[in-house]
Amino acid sequence: MSDNLGTTAPHVSVEPVSVMAPDGTVLDQDFVDTIPEADLVALYEAMLAQRVYDDRMIKMQRQGRLGFYLACTGEEACSYGPAYALQAQDWFYPAYREPGIALWRGMPFQAWIDNMVGNCDDPVKGRQMPVHWTARAQNIVSISSPVGTQIPQCVGSAYAAKLRGDDAVSICFFGEGTSSEGDFHVGLNFAGVWKAPAIFFCRNNGYAISTPYEKTTAAKHIALRAHGYGIRGVVVDGNDILAVIKVVREAAEWGRAGHGATLIEAKTYRIAAHSTSDDPTSYRTREEEAHWGERCPLKRLRAYLETKGLWDEAREQACITASSERVISALGVAEGKPHPDLDTVFDDVFAERPAHLQAQYSELKAHLASGQSAYKPK
Amino acid sequence: MAKMNIIQAVNDALHLAMKSDDNVVVLGEDVGKFGGVFRATVGLQAEFGEDRVIDTPLAEAGIIGAAIGMALYGVKAVAEIQFSDFIFPAYDQIVNELAKYRYRSGGEYPCPMVIRTPVGGGIRGGHYHSQSPESLFVHHAGLVVVAPSNPYDAKGLLLAAIDSPDPVMVLEPKRIYRGPDHGKNWGSHPKGEVPEAHFTVPIGKAAIARELTGEGTPVTIITYGAMVHTCGKAAEEAAKEGIDVELVDLRSLQPYDLDAIVASASKTGRVVIANEAPRMCGYAAEMSAVVTEHCFDWLEAPVTRVTGYDTPFPYTLEFAYLPDTGRVLKALRDVATYA
Ligand SMILES: Cc1ncc(C[n+]2csc(CCOP(=O)(O)OP(=O)(O)O)c2C)c(N)n1
Repeated sequence: MSDNLGTTAPHVSVEPVSVMAPDGTVLDQDFVDTIPEADLVALYEAMLAQRVYDDRMIKMQRQGRLGFYLACTGEEACSYGPAYALQAQDWFYPAYREPGIALWRGMPFQAWIDNMVGNCDDPVKGRQMPVHWTARAQNIVSISSPVGTQIPQCVGSAYAAKLRGDDAVSICFFGEGTSSEGDFHVGLNFAGVWKAPAIFFCRNNGYAISTPYEKTTAAKHIALRAHGYGIRGVVVDGNDILAVIKVVREAAEWGRAGHGATLIEAKTYRIAAHSTSDDPTSYRTREEEAHWGERCPLKRLRAYLETKGLWDEAREQACITASSERVISALGVAEGKPHPDLDTVFDDVFAERPAHLQAQYSELKAHLASGQSAYKPK
Repeated sequence: MAKMNIIQAVNDALHLAMKSDDNVVVLGEDVGKFGGVFRATVGLQAEFGEDRVIDTPLAEAGIIGAAIGMALYGVKAVAEIQFSDFIFPAYDQIVNELAKYRYRSGGEYPCPMVIRTPVGGGIRGGHYHSQSPESLFVHHAGLVVVAPSNPYDAKGLLLAAIDSPDPVMVLEPKRIYRGPDHGKNWGSHPKGEVPEAHFTVPIGKAAIARELTGEGTPVTIITYGAMVHTCGKAAEEAAKEGIDVELVDLRSLQPYDLDAIVASASKTGRVVIANEAPRMCGYAAEMSAVVTEHCFDWLEAPVTRVTGYDTPFPYTLEFAYLPDTGRVLKALRDVATYA
């Protein structure tokens, strides 16, 4: 690691860090050895389970049982990896495609599913669309739809931790499309000036909805932008979960050592549609999807685990079945729960409900009681 | 006449404008190859090329800032902001730049361009795919703001916007993009009839979406956008109870049709104003003041608003939150029976 104290800018490297080749061949045994085998198996199981959850959830949405869903298929390593690499005291600002942060860090599975349904036990009280969960107990900040807003906020939390003398780093996640927003540039610049222990994790999955990388930037790598802001920049193979863990660990050490921020560009591919509202067939080829399907993060870790005798087809099937049952049963439970209470519309606007909101609440209650409302309570 | 929904009408208008004038450019997120997330720009890139139908980087400030620069230079940009909820990175460009260019340059630099953006709830979009920000734009002098409620007006207003010497924001009610009501499409609705040729709907002119029948207590409803349909249904219900509604569809919010408002309000003396946005400083508040200032002597009942509540837009309880027919009906009864 280069030092950040003298006249040289922190290092920006665009040679993708990898620990395992797409076929599972180990390229960096020393690093693999830092991770207990049981953890490797657990990470694989978690990513496989995630794929099953995503598949099921998309089916549920098609059946009209969910209002919306957005999968991370192909990008599982970009949320399970960082979640594994960081520590309990660290802060996370996810975008919307990082379920692994919630589930690996211990957000209760049922709460995560309740958010998809927006029922009375949804942590966000049915106020936001599915996939916009929050998990304060795990230091995971509430998800927003407007892209990129979390980036400068992450810098603020990183700075606050530094101010308090806490040993915490803050990490935010976003897609390469989002790196065009002003908030991205503002955030990196603040982090550079403040030497904030922040990690900017860019999932370069090739597309922002339909917009391909070439229409997002004329630069060859997103990571190059770190140079202009005087922070570290690295490129990593985002489908290699061990490489992701490695670069996130290094970025965290760099931040904890007082050197400041790192921009990580994880090269990956959004195998999934952007969301259940999207249809990628009109803007990319099946061949391209198949090409990346071969390079998916699950295949590679599975290949390695199999050579080590840590995984086999029987375990694969058992994990798929168990995950499928888990998500179906949790969805059933979630669907059985009532809607959030009417109060939730008016609560939390402010710490206390002002008089005009109390009056509007009473008006709405009377309207529902009159039987004239379009809304049918559940 | 062709049968079109609002999306098709917008697409048709853009098509005509681009065909008749090489100087018209469309830009925005996913508008090119994909044809827009709501499909409003489908087919344009294939016909007019990537230089005139531009898939921009994901940056609203860039889209609007660049469109302003094109407009200053003399190119007519029609920018799409994917959802009006995502317009705020461009708020500075719109409010401090676009709205003031003509004025601040002593008239040297007018900035004629168009911003199209979907607004409103009813699509299960939660906080960030449902908001109605019109009052945040009419408040800033210099922006023309229009809000069609049907395919005919969507096409005619968009073509008028493209012809306008001023910057125009076209707020498209996404809930009724494909039909006036859930499940019922524009094909079976008289307002789905749209001329195929170029035509404009004059900016600043309201339409009377329902006329008084002369039977029952007359009441005026002033509204716009998707709420025209909610109010229309309420008017039908109210007719059964002896309430006779004149429904004013404003179509233009800035400038607004003062003559039409005054004519209707002074005729009925009873006025309900409806907007989907929150109540506080919403567009209905301005209309309420306008009616009170101009028609006080004729008023028989307090001017009454039906609006969204002063909270963020919820997801699960969306249809409890959204002003519905029942709430409009209650307001109609209140003003009709006020003594
Ligand atoms: C400010 C803002 N503009 C537009 C959108 C609509 N939108 C949602 S996701 C998306 C693409 C994001 O692409 P990227 O950042 O690459 O992330 P990915 O979805 O590929 O993970 C867009 C344009 C939004 N949510 N916020």
